[in-house]
Amino acid sequence: MTQDPNLTAPVGAAVSEGAYVPAQLPVGLRRVPSGVDEVTTEHLVVNFGPQHPSTHGVLRMIIEADGEEVVGAEMSIGYLHRGIEKLAEHRRYNALGTLMDRGDYTSGIHGELAAAMVTEKLLEIEVPEKAHWIRSLMGEVNRIASHLVWYGTFGLDAGAMGQFLYAVRDREDLLDILEAVSGSRMMFNYVRPGGVLADLPAGIDQKLRAFVDIFDVHIEEHDQLLGGNEIFQSRVHGVGVIDKQTAIGFGLTGANLRASGVGFDVRRDRPYAAYEKLDFTVPMATEGDCWARYAVRMEEMRQSVRMIRQCLDGMPEGDFTAKVPKVLRPPAGEAYAAVESPRGEWGVHLVSDGSDTPYRLRYRPPALYALQVVEAIMPGSLIADAIVTAGSVDLVLGEIDR
Amino acid sequence: MNPILVACLRVLAGLGLMLLNGVVLIYMLRKVLGHLHVRLGPMNVGWHGTVQTVADVLKLLTKEDPTPRAVDKALYFLAPAVVFIPSLAAYAALPFSKTWAMADLATGLLFTFGIMSLVPLGILMAGWSSANKWSLLGGMRAVGQQIAYEVPLLLSALPVVLMVGSLNLNDIVAAQDKLWFFIPQFPALLLFVVASLVELNQTPFDMSEAESELVAGFSSEYASMKFGLLFLSEFSNLFIMAGLTVTLFFGGWSLPFIPAQIQAGFAPIVFVAKTYLVIFFFMWIRGTFPRVRVDQLQQLGWKVLLPANLAWLLVTGVAVKLVEAVAR
Repeated sequence: MTQDPNLTAPVGAAVSEGAYVPAQLPVGLRRVPSGVDEVTTEHLVVNFGPQHPSTHGVLRMIIEADGEEVVGAEMSIGYLHRGIEKLAEHRRYNALGTLMDRGDYTSGIHGELAAAMVTEKLLEIEVPEKAHWIRSLMGEVNRIASHLVWYGTFGLDAGAMGQFLYAVRDREDLLDILEAVSGSRMMFNYVRPGGVLADLPAGIDQKLRAFVDIFDVHIEEHDQLLGGNEIFQSRVHGVGVIDKQTAIGFGLTGANLRASGVGFDVRRDRPYAAYEKLDFTVPMATEGDCWARYAVRMEEMRQSVRMIRQCLDGMPEGDFTAKVPKVLRPPAGEAYAAVESPRGEWGVHLVSDGSDTPYRLRYRPPALYALQVVEAIMPGSLIADAIVTAGSVDLVLGEIDR
Repeated sequence: MNPILVACLRVLAGLGLMLLNGVVLIYMLRKVLGHLHVRLGPMNVGWHGTVQTVADVLKLLTKEDPTPRAVDKALYFLAPAVVFIPSLAAYAALPFSKTWAMADLATGLLFTFGIMSLVPLGILMAGWSSANKWSLLGGMRAVGQQIAYEVPLLLSALPVVLMVGSLNLNDIVAAQDKLWFFIPQFPALLLFVVASLVELNQTPFDMSEAESELVAGFSSEYASMKFGLLFLSEFSNLFIMAGLTVTLFFGGWSLPFIPAQIQAGFAPIVFVAKTYLVIFFFMWIRGTFPRVRVDQLQQLGWKVLLPANLAWLLVTGVAVKLVEAVAR
């Protein structure tokens, strides 16, 4: 893995020659199987999901298979649609975090943070230094928790089982910490416009330090258990390759993009919270296959541990929130703020009409873009590879379906 | 005593053994996997969940058994029997001690392999008749696997047969009174274990079930006791393959350094204990390994196991002849 050359892709760069052009597939959900050549064989159209053990929720993939080989794939989403963006139009600004939690339910802090940041931008609220640090700290804690879910389920997709439960063991400790801080294990609603809900509770410092100390050992165990396995390596090396152009063309972000050789990380390139003051590297790989994505995410967890230590050491004194009125009425206008969620750039675009509820809120679900890449690169692979590829880009359907 | 009655009693004993084994092995699998996965496994029904499996069997027996409308009825009903009966019949030749075997066959090894190779037929029937695409894929994989691995499995047992000069399992055990065959035949043991993992549909080769790919593969549309039979035969096959491994490579029911008269008393216990150790090893693999891909499985079978088996067979053959020549 190459370590962070300053390889930042210009935002909105035009896709050059050789970019991926999606194959012409018949549109619509009722795909008619097309026979092959003169032999009397028939393609099998299988509904992969929405009820299937490895769809990471309720994704429905319509796979046209020639024996074991995928010849066409279509992603059908929306089975978890709850109308979060519409609901947001009827929530006061303080309550937006509640909805964001339920978008990407494995990394609630990041969703809340993006919503809080965009509100602060509109209201021009100055966030106290300590709140920034707490946000970064909790963001990294949540990132590890989220990556552990990905790590466990990725192994499940490859047919292994043990690593999932080992991942859950560590995640349990993290959720305990998150619960101690925010009062909830997943739907935190902790990051609020102006700062955070409450100060860090007493004793959380020791808890976190104890966790990162043990996790330093556990992360190597995880890496050995799955990544050290010969069979796993043969399943992921060279599988599901997303080249650089395709990755940029599809708007990939996060670890998926960095595994394809583009070094873009919101935390580093458009710093928010306390990331400017933290020392971390952005792990990169150039192969763009499932192994690269695996390696990048594992390294990201190690970096998160580093950042948690720095946050604990450098936590400043002061207020955990700015003085903000009970009812927020941002002036009419619009703003966009983005955070680096475990899945990529999670952005919130907010339009305000001056009332106490947003006029329109749209969030950018990074996994949606990853989903589309998977759809594009799936034809030609085996069913087993398709599942591993879908697992490797870390899909969370709650975020995609909104 | 009437020989027919004796035969019937032996079959009944075999059936009883198989069912008991199934119950014990299911509990063992849950506990072993549980502890491998830093959890406890069943804990609530009975002391440390010991009666959990009994409760599950009762549940399976009393469950509604819906038959999907589109299935091929005859095959659908026949398939569990075709899977179950061979794995029961395969107990016949296993020697639990010098005298304890349902049948002391001159071609015991061949019989066991032959009867076990009927199992994938039942799996194909189940997969084909279920009118479910995932089941169909599972059945198809089972056949591909069968074709690729039947030969390596037989070939990996052949060096032992060469050394003993008999296909009778009791003779094979008797020939190991000085040296268990896993020492001279270590490569054969490795090849045999890999091939039998495939034959058993065990992780990392559980292609025809492949939960994360094919939902439950060939057994997706089965419920109640029909599923129970499929499930049970899986565990019974596990016991048989482990038993064969013990018989071929670990001295069967015999123990080293202990006089034969003393051994005779508890030989069946020794055999079962050894078999359970091998089963534990299989479960250990199941708890930790990912699954290979279907094409990698074929490549392993044809490009690695088959040539390796042939080469080792050649080595063993030459060695056996040399030893004979020297002895003469």
